[in-house]
Amino acid sequence: MVSTGEVAVGAPVLTAKHVVRRFGGLLAVNDVSFDVRRGEILGLIGPNGAGKTTMFDLLAGSLPPSGGDIVLNGVNVSGESAHRRLSRGLGRTFQIPRPLANLSLLENVMLARQGQTGESLLANFLRPLRVAAEERAAEDKAMDLLDLVSLSRLAHEPARVLSGGQRKLLELARVMMADPAIILLDEPAAGVNATLLEVIMDRIRGINDRGVTFLLIEHNIDMVTRLCHRVLVMASGQLICEGTASEVARDPRVIEAYLGGAADPGGDA
Amino acid sequence: MIDLIGYGAFFLTTALIFSLISLGLNLQWGLTGLFNVGVAGFVAIGAYVSALLTTPHDAARFGGFELPILAGWLGAMLVAGVAAAITGFATLRLKSDYLAITTFGVAVVVQLVALNAQSLTGGAFGIGFIPRPFAALAETPLLFNLSNVAIVAAVTLVAYLALQHLSKSPWGRVLKALREDERAAISLGKSARFYRVQAFAVGGALMGLAGAVQAHFIGFIAPDNYAPMLTFQVWVMLIVGGSGSNIGAIVGSILVWAIWAGSGALTATLFAPEQQARAASLQIVAIGVMLCLILLFRPNGLFGNMTQRRRIRLGQRKPS
Repeated sequence: MVSTGEVAVGAPVLTAKHVVRRFGGLLAVNDVSFDVRRGEILGLIGPNGAGKTTMFDLLAGSLPPSGGDIVLNGVNVSGESAHRRLSRGLGRTFQIPRPLANLSLLENVMLARQGQTGESLLANFLRPLRVAAEERAAEDKAMDLLDLVSLSRLAHEPARVLSGGQRKLLELARVMMADPAIILLDEPAAGVNATLLEVIMDRIRGINDRGVTFLLIEHNIDMVTRLCHRVLVMASGQLICEGTASEVARDPRVIEAYLGGAADPGGDA
Repeated sequence: MIDLIGYGAFFLTTALIFSLISLGLNLQWGLTGLFNVGVAGFVAIGAYVSALLTTPHDAARFGGFELPILAGWLGAMLVAGVAAAITGFATLRLKSDYLAITTFGVAVVVQLVALNAQSLTGGAFGIGFIPRPFAALAETPLLFNLSNVAIVAAVTLVAYLALQHLSKSPWGRVLKALREDERAAISLGKSARFYRVQAFAVGGALMGLAGAVQAHFIGFIAPDNYAPMLTFQVWVMLIVGGSGSNIGAIVGSILVWAIWAGSGALTATLFAPEQQARAASLQIVAIGVMLCLILLFRPNGLFGNMTQRRRIRLGQRKPS
């Protein structure tokens, strides 16, 4: 790991190379290239319709790219499905949290564990002891993660009882269960009150300190400024700027993209 | 009194065979959310496969291998399971209504094949002389019926315990996750395709087993036994019992079959012989009324959690 100014970063863990995505005649992502370096928290911002969530879907494997490559830990994963990318260490959360509402919080988190023997139909009858042992270990780890996001007291409640902010915390615990090297966070601050937002930011920092890399989409510029080591800015499907939060905030291309040059993009954009 | 016990055993045998089918449907719909409206097709496949494997040789058609009944049952599960897996694989991209239409089409195709492929299925006349378990006891109806209900109850119990074990296992947890939110489950590293096909196959195998058990219990099968009405009956059984609950699938089957058989007996008593054919439709009316009452007063069924799910979906739309 090398230090670049105030940011301590390593080799690229996730790379987008000339990524393109078309929806019919609409070019939603247009020749976008960037690296996410190991250990950093990278922000991806831009006005509505910039192509950020589409870019996330491409990186996570929810959408196939029309062109270009996505490289994860040195492996080209462009043709791989979302569920295989998680097993390679890439986890994601959603803009609108998607808890499995009828399952308990504990089940939600345990589900995310990768390579469980008991997920094989026959193993449940042929290797019951191993399945039971893995379940106990998974339960312990899931409880630790729920504790990390301050939700352990609700572990056995169905996920439907959670508030919007708690659902985001649950998603964070859930994706952590898969031991990802990098987590894509889609608007973790959206719809969350200020108190819970501080908790979310604190947990993201804590997880980042454990060596997990983050790429996050966020409209809350205050959060981006306080949390992200570097920031990418997209507009009209293209990457227009890259730098620290203060650098991009002063960049005239960013001001133009957000406000047509009338003002700077500070505050809640 | 002996007649009553004998009839009770006969009734329960039929009801438990329906329970087996409902358990298969519960795995597909209640646990995984797969909308299978082709239940009758998979039951028919199981019945015909077991009949072909176990009946005596017949020069007029294929089959007649005279294998033991147990081999017929296993063969039925295998072929119906594979047929269901193929259906599941072919319909991977389909959901809800589109999946329902396709599975309905599969059942219609199976019934048409049973009706027209005479050299394979015996055509409209079906297949007779299907060996019956405990056939030697047939001269003593009470003993025969009690023996049959015991074996069908044992098969149902094994299926129930296995499904209960699976529904609480990590495998069952993945199926529930797919039912709740397929995209979220995929983002957590689960292959929706892989598990959907598995759920279809295991559910189909259970339906095939039920078809085989029924064929050997009655001793004769024909295409008419596998009309869409069978699918309707099984769906009502699961809805009444409670989708998502294995015990609900069994209780619902027994309850709905009781109403079906009871209304049949009642119409036979109340109507003159020349009106019997038309009066038989009242059985369907009775089941329909029961379904309406359940949906009105207990929409989650007797043991299920459908209402909870609907409330959850509504709740998710509310801004936090």
